Amino acid sequence: MALQQENSAHSPVPAHTPSGSIPVTLHGRELIPNRRIPLDVSWVEDIRVNTSAVERRAASIPARRSVKKDYQAAWLLRAISCMDLTTLSGDDSAERVKRLCAKARRPLQDHLVQALGIEDLHLTTGAVCVYHAFVETAVKALEGSGIRVAAVSTGFPAGLSPLETRVEEIRRSVEAGASEIDIVITRAHVFNGEWNALYDEVAAFKEACGPAHMKAILGTGDLLTLRNVARASWVAMMAGSDFIKTSTGKEAVNATLPVSLVMVRAIREYAERTGMSVGYKPAGGIKTAKQALDWMALMKDELGRPWLEPTLFRYGASSMLGDIERQLEHHVTGRYSATYRHPVA
Amino acid sequence: MEKFQSMEYGPAPEDASGVMQWLDAHGRWFGHYIDGAFTKSSAAKFESKNPATGELLASIAQGEAADVDRAVKAARAALPAWQALTGHQRARYLYAFARQVQKHARKLAVLETLDNGKSIRETRDIDIPLVARHFYYHAGWAQLLGDVTDNGYTGDTDLKGYAPVGVVGQIIPWNFPLLMFAWKVAPALATGNTVVIKPAEFTPLTAMLFAEIADEIGLPKGVLNVVNGDGATGAAIVGHPDVDKIAFTGSTEVGRIIRKATANTTKKLSLELGGKSPFIVFDDADLDSAVEGLVDGIWFNQGQVCCAGSRLLVQESVAERLYDKIRARMETLRIGSPLDKAIDIGAIVDQVQHDRITKLVAMGVAEGATCWQPEIAVPTKGLFFKPTLLTNVHPSSTVAQEEIFGPVLAAMTFRTPAEAVELANNTAYGLAACVWSENVNVALDVAAQMKAGVVWVNATNVFDAAVGFGGYRESGYGREGGVEGLYEYLEPAWVKSEPKMFASIDEKQVLRSAQDDNSGVDDHIEGALGIDRTVKNYINGKQARPDSGYSYAVHDRNGKVVGEAPVGSRKDIRNAVEAARAASAKWGKTTAHGRAQILYYLAENLLPRRGEIVAHLADFVGPEQAAVEFDATIERIFSYAAWTDKYEGTVHNPPFRMVSVAMKEAIGTVGILAPDDAPLLGLMSLILPAIAMGNAVIAVPSERCATLMSDLYQALDTSDVPAGVVNLVAGKASELGKTLAEHDDVDAVWCFRDETASSMVKLGSIGNLKQTWTNEGRVIDWFDPARGEGRWFLRHATQVKNIWVPYGE
Repeated sequence: MALQQENSAHSPVPAHTPSGSIPVTLHGRELIPNRRIPLDVSWVEDIRVNTSAVERRAASIPARRSVKKDYQAAWLLRAISCMDLTTLSGDDSAERVKRLCAKARRPLQDHLVQALGIEDLHLTTGAVCVYHAFVETAVKALEGSGIRVAAVSTGFPAGLSPLETRVEEIRRSVEAGASEIDIVITRAHVFNGEWNALYDEVAAFKEACGPAHMKAILGTGDLLTLRNVARASWVAMMAGSDFIKTSTGKEAVNATLPVSLVMVRAIREYAERTGMSVGYKPAGGIKTAKQALDWMALMKDELGRPWLEPTLFRYGASSMLGDIERQLEHHVTGRYSATYRHPVA
Repeated sequence: MEKFQSMEYGPAPEDASGVMQWLDAHGRWFGHYIDGAFTKSSAAKFESKNPATGELLASIAQGEAADVDRAVKAARAALPAWQALTGHQRARYLYAFARQVQKHARKLAVLETLDNGKSIRETRDIDIPLVARHFYYHAGWAQLLGDVTDNGYTGDTDLKGYAPVGVVGQIIPWNFPLLMFAWKVAPALATGNTVVIKPAEFTPLTAMLFAEIADEIGLPKGVLNVVNGDGATGAAIVGHPDVDKIAFTGSTEVGRIIRKATANTTKKLSLELGGKSPFIVFDDADLDSAVEGLVDGIWFNQGQVCCAGSRLLVQESVAERLYDKIRARMETLRIGSPLDKAIDIGAIVDQVQHDRITKLVAMGVAEGATCWQPEIAVPTKGLFFKPTLLTNVHPSSTVAQEEIFGPVLAAMTFRTPAEAVELANNTAYGLAACVWSENVNVALDVAAQMKAGVVWVNATNVFDAAVGFGGYRESGYGREGGVEGLYEYLEPAWVKSEPKMFASIDEKQVLRSAQDDNSGVDDHIEGALGIDRTVKNYINGKQARPDSGYSYAVHDRNGKVVGEAPVGSRKDIRNAVEAARAASAKWGKTTAHGRAQILYYLAENLLPRRGEIVAHLADFVGPEQAAVEFDATIERIFSYAAWTDKYEGTVHNPPFRMVSVAMKEAIGTVGILAPDDAPLLGLMSLILPAIAMGNAVIAVPSERCATLMSDLYQALDTSDVPAGVVNLVAGKASELGKTLAEHDDVDAVWCFRDETASSMVKLGSIGNLKQTWTNEGRVIDWFDPARGEGRWFLRHATQVKNIWVPYGE
């Protein structure tokens, strides 16, 4: 086992916070974590995104990259470690959240863990992502696991409640023990080009987060155009977001490779200009192991190895884990597996 | 699990065992496919190797002249039955090809990758799907063209009345072996021709697998013949007297050899040659996407792509930023086993090519370029060449002028759009161009100004069967794909049956030197008692005395001197070409409506001179023909005035979210050698379509009747035809024609004289590989509008530029 994850049970530092084993660099330059910088509107206005060209590049990523056998198994395990196992439904209940947490602690059955020889990895998902109402439940269920609890916040998914209540919601989730906050932006600010308003909003959210990591959900399915996505990405980064995230999972179209490519390129250029790293979280619609591999190839080729750590990369996913399990089962046994053979979350 | 930590891609090899079995089943020995049979008759053989490993794949027979002869005979013999099929029946064969290619797609892709060294990603996702698409598309044309009759195709298309040329010889390169095979074979068969094709000697294997497919689908024997071999085999095809047309894709150098070898024949010729295509990036481009465009451009197929965006022209203000992005991207390119599914760059096809790339890069560095290559892993075995960026390159650098045909990008900067256009067009080639800008005004304006047959706006190397591909300038002529590509395999059904012209009347009889004339006792000019009338050349909108200072007597049909015409020389042609070049840019941009108005005005100004001109013309052709000829000329002017804004481009419909605008552009400067029969109508039948489409012409009128020029230029002068658009130089057609044909600033020469003149023009054209169009010495009935005017002429007066415009926000 080359990677000795810190044993979270005995460590005050959660397993997936920066461990120092992978320095965060881009083109050989060491980066520091993002913090708020003054809004530079010219950076937003200078953005050029050619939709057709982005789509062509995005389509070529799965075609140009293929990961097989042991490598594929390793990549799929990494996908699990970068997963925000999520439940965000109107019918969520405490028991449902506890089930999810149990799965997050033990994403793979023992026989798979043994067959893959990864007992020492103590593999868990990166986080569990729930509504505010279930933060305490999740924190309790995950106690001692090192798995972080992420709360969607700020009037998720539309983000149209009063600003004070949205800010207050963040505070309360943090108080309840959430160490990651997934905020949603006011999409209308983007449509109207109100960059100052958007910046102020995100900056206020970030401030409310305190020590908690903030992921800014741009609502890319609502923003619709890739230029809007790029502009919103830049403002969210300048306002201090730790991660930028595609969508709520509630939009008609959620995470796509073209949208991701645009956001990831924005992260890259932002890092080049500022020396600061921002993480990336695609969410919604990523359901298969194959998709997990595609997104990792995107991260690796466009940003590099550091963006395959849970500190800088997360999937928002619920059903993807099941498909990864089935693929790993096939890797181990050579037989194709069935969904019902794997414990649900 | 250290792989969990390293997160490397690891090997992802495509299984080649099925293809290896196929090779073994053939004893790793391939001959030819002639007359429906696989032969191994040739004793001599050569080897086909996997360039990624050096492993021997198979031995291949070297086709001899006898093999070629058998293949041509088989193709000739198969022709009547093939053409007797209905369009629908031909369509079924092409459709069967498309289906079979799809069914065996992976086998073809793996074999191609083994033989060529290109990545399996490209053969699997690009080459083979395009092969299938090409057959689908052309199955459609076979269906729509319909049956082949003596009067041409029966189907309801623009090609009604055209007919297949017959037996087609095709020679293809190694960079896209099966795709080039499809580009050649599909349109030829769809149009009812039969084929003898020679694959490249480096990459013959997929053609043999394709021949098996032909066998499987029951293609009638002799319709498709594949002869393997090297340049000597190709030369045998080119030189075979019973081949009606040669289609060649390959180097400009070999293109010249073929033009020369076929100059003395009536073989139709299309050439798709080299390129040094500009890749222009403006400061308002999506730079990250432009970088990916380069990956698809110069690092596609190891840069062994004739239309590769090999010359990067970037606006100064963003140059360093773009170079940084390019270098960063190059670090993530993966080079290695072409069968690996996670590889971007495979192997160079052969040691010869590897050596050439190495040499040219070294030369670039020696000339001052900065060479940069990424620190990426490269296999120690096999022919691999790292992606390379050359900066500090200038237009005068060898690497900016010569086609490298490797993964080498030469970068230069520009300041303004005008400079970008100038630099982009500063090349002898003209195959493709890329324009990257988010400003639609800039992008389309620059695209329109590119001297290239294919322009991609914010895209690179996108291909489709529905969209013509082919070059301007020394990148060749003819198109492949789209309706524009079909014409290369057709001609008007009536042409072949026209009688041959007698050799033009001995020039010595017609054109005597002034000294000779002075000795002639009977040669008194009629009307000499009036005011002497001097006929001059007409250059740049002015009457110009011939540089020679000589004139010659022009005789009427009874041998009586009716006037004197200037003896034009090389220098007059030089001046006329300069004038035409200068005029062509502006004339080409004049609106079609504007050009139409000028043509109508010309007719308006000629008509009042009817009596005078008919009288002059009657001296040469008699009064009856003169009157008819004059009236037909006026009508012809009206026809072409009408055509100017009606011979329009097409919007192709490729299966992408893009439009491809097939613009019919003027060729530029056109030299015209006019016939002696119908001296006015013949001359004008050639000048009019050329200028209607925006070309500037240098015309040599019939030397027998050259005094007619003065009637013409007086009308031109008064009709607002801009100076230099029509230039007239009288004199010996053979000498002036040769100067025109050899002039590197003339873009096309049309010759409608005897066979000797046709050959002379073709031979002279090899310098800049200008387009030539001749009557092959046949008599054209200029009085018949169905033959003497219309689309046949307009098509030769234009070249198709396809501008690909993706859209979507």
